[in-house]
Amino acid sequence: MNAYFHLWLIPGLPLAGAAINGLLGRRYSRRTVSAVALASSGVAFLWAIVCALRFAGLPEAGLPYIEHYATWIRAGSFSAPFAFMLDQLTLVMILVVTGVGFLIHVYSVGYMAEEGGFYRFFSYLNLFMFFMLTLVLANNYLLMFVGWEGVGLASYLLIGFFFLRDSAASAGKKAFIVNRVGDFGFLIALFLMIEHFGSLTFSEVFAKVSSLPVETSGVGLLTTIGVLLMVGACGKSAQLPLYVWLPDAMEGPTPVSALIHAATMVTAGVYMVARSNPIFFRSPTALTVVAIVGILTAFFAATIGLVQTDIKRVLAYSTISQLGYMFVACGVAAFGAGIFHLMSHAFFKALLFLAAGSVIHALGGEQDMRNMGGLRRHIPWTFWTMTAATLAIAGTPFFSGFFSKDEILWNAYASPWGGNWIYWGFGCLTAGMTSFYMFRLWFLTFFGEFRGATGATGNHGGQGHSGHEAGEPAHIHESPRVMTIPLAVLAVLSVIGGYVGVPAVLGGANHFEHFLEPVFHAPPVTHEIMEQSGRGLELLLMGGTTAAAVIGFLLAWLLYYRRPELPSRIAAGAGGIYRLVLNKYFIDELYGAVFVKPLIEASRKLWHGVDEATIDGVLNGSAHSAQELSDDVRRMQSGNIRSYAAWVTLGAVLVVAYVMWRGM
Amino acid sequence: MVPLGYYLVLSVILFVCGVAGFLVKRNIITIFMSIELMLNAVNLTFVAFAAHWHVLSGQVFVFFVMVVAAAETAVGLAIIIAVFRTRETLDVDRVNLLKL
Repeated sequence: MNAYFHLWLIPGLPLAGAAINGLLGRRYSRRTVSAVALASSGVAFLWAIVCALRFAGLPEAGLPYIEHYATWIRAGSFSAPFAFMLDQLTLVMILVVTGVGFLIHVYSVGYMAEEGGFYRFFSYLNLFMFFMLTLVLANNYLLMFVGWEGVGLASYLLIGFFFLRDSAASAGKKAFIVNRVGDFGFLIALFLMIEHFGSLTFSEVFAKVSSLPVETSGVGLLTTIGVLLMVGACGKSAQLPLYVWLPDAMEGPTPVSALIHAATMVTAGVYMVARSNPIFFRSPTALTVVAIVGILTAFFAATIGLVQTDIKRVLAYSTISQLGYMFVACGVAAFGAGIFHLMSHAFFKALLFLAAGSVIHALGGEQDMRNMGGLRRHIPWTFWTMTAATLAIAGTPFFSGFFSKDEILWNAYASPWGGNWIYWGFGCLTAGMTSFYMFRLWFLTFFGEFRGATGATGNHGGQGHSGHEAGEPAHIHESPRVMTIPLAVLAVLSVIGGYVGVPAVLGGANHFEHFLEPVFHAPPVTHEIMEQSGRGLELLLMGGTTAAAVIGFLLAWLLYYRRPELPSRIAAGAGGIYRLVLNKYFIDELYGAVFVKPLIEASRKLWHGVDEATIDGVLNGSAHSAQELSDDVRRMQSGNIRSYAAWVTLGAVLVVAYVMWRGM
Repeated sequence: MVPLGYYLVLSVILFVCGVAGFLVKRNIITIFMSIELMLNAVNLTFVAFAAHWHVLSGQVFVFFVMVVAAAETAVGLAIIIAVFRTRETLDVDRVNLLKL
């Protein structure tokens, strides 16, 4: 094994940063803590770039490039190594994770400047980077699972960062527990692989899978594994029905929402499904499950996003919805398009969250969009970067989101693996809604008159920016340079990020997907629709989604800029439906009634009935009776020699009597 | 020749005297003497049976008992002296520091 790439450096540096800040950071100044955190993530990013440059010089046959460090588990014929791999997919992921991660680290230095637990925050953030990079670099499912669980832990720690707030603490727990449900599916899938393939290493599993036929009907082994993997991905990537934790995860500090709950961690499920593509290629049923879950999630989350008033919650539902798109892409076996959207989404959604954080920062912790407005003049940097991100996510032509989203929607219609009109139709509707809720956010925040309380201390349960005075527009201040520069960089990426994958129909060469192609081992299939329908249809569909985005924009403009009194009237008119959507379809309440409450009741019964009454009862009872008995018996131990003598005599008499009785 | 029963009855009387003294007396020396009395009652039984059945082993055993008794006396008296030196009493009821 040569160690040409030293891949271990990439996760190793953030781990070292996390250890230094976590163990010693309490004594360091804020300057030192930020220096350690920025250096570790920044050098990791630079090293990822070095790897990318060297990767270009690697011979095609040498892929995937593997660095084997040690054997972790060996049991019989099964073994799991500590080994990292590098191929095109991994390369994209490490660049996104370290790049966006580093920018968010920089931003956090400014954002968290006045918060307590500064060193703790950066330690967790670095720890997250370590686990996320382990997840994407692992060359086997088991090591991937380590990263998978690790990012869950980091997410839990960071959601509950303001742990003195009860809502933050319980949001952290909710995220962790909901993820456990998904992990259960993932684990079962891993067990099935060990059982049937005898290995968890990607190359060995996929080699065995490739020799199996495509499961066209019924539920076979590959379908089972695929669906179980999807259950795991649903938990981590917040898809129906396990998405409920993500909106609550907004309790964490905003940079965390940007890094973990938008740009990177939640895309782990998409990465995992894309990585497992040989399994999904051979099970159309599993692919259909992925696509349906994805399209339903995209649609429903978008409808909820339409009416939310908390700026971060809108973005949270938007994230869920965009993740749904990625799963649609995976579900029609257009994994390249899914990863493309993953990347562009990482840029613009991280930017949206950071810009939202900047808005919240400017307003001293206010998160309710109804109390914003007219901020355009006060925070121009935030405004312009937010505008770039909004245009990108809404699918405005020639921004990054346009290319990736249209690639997904084109595949959703035309993919030989189950593309059809329904996916496209829902996707197009969702694109319209995306455009609507994003421009709604944009207009509500930056246009019109300022609606916040003036002069009042307005820390409305927000981020705990207690040092700021909310209220008077005059006090609203632009964020410091350390926060605006990452915004600007991400804005540039949001605008131009899509040009790596300009589709052929627009005169590009779709470099991005061709770059990823070697990773996806599709079994041979005829590309009927794609070849037959050709350019005209693709342009038509592209026009359709763009029209949907424009309609969304116009509606938002009409309702929230031109006639701001209309929305409340429409809401009143819609009545029940509005309340249903506003309350997120009462899904949380439903889960509470169906799962949580019975579970708590049953646990209480087990606790009081089985644990306390039976198990503790038996133990305490025996201890108690032993105590009673000893209490009586100890009276024999009087310390009076003559009483001992009497006992001895009595004993002797009894023994003699017994012997005589036996002897008779 | 004295019949066997006489020896045994005497032995029982001696033994019961020993037990009674052992249980009733409070002076350690007296208790000690009662133990000796019991041992010798047993010795008497051994010797009586040995003579009756013309078996030597009973007599041999008596010597063992005597040796053990002598050793026990030596150790026991040493303990009694140690007790007396520290407690300045020979009353067993007052030598009860170990009780709960």
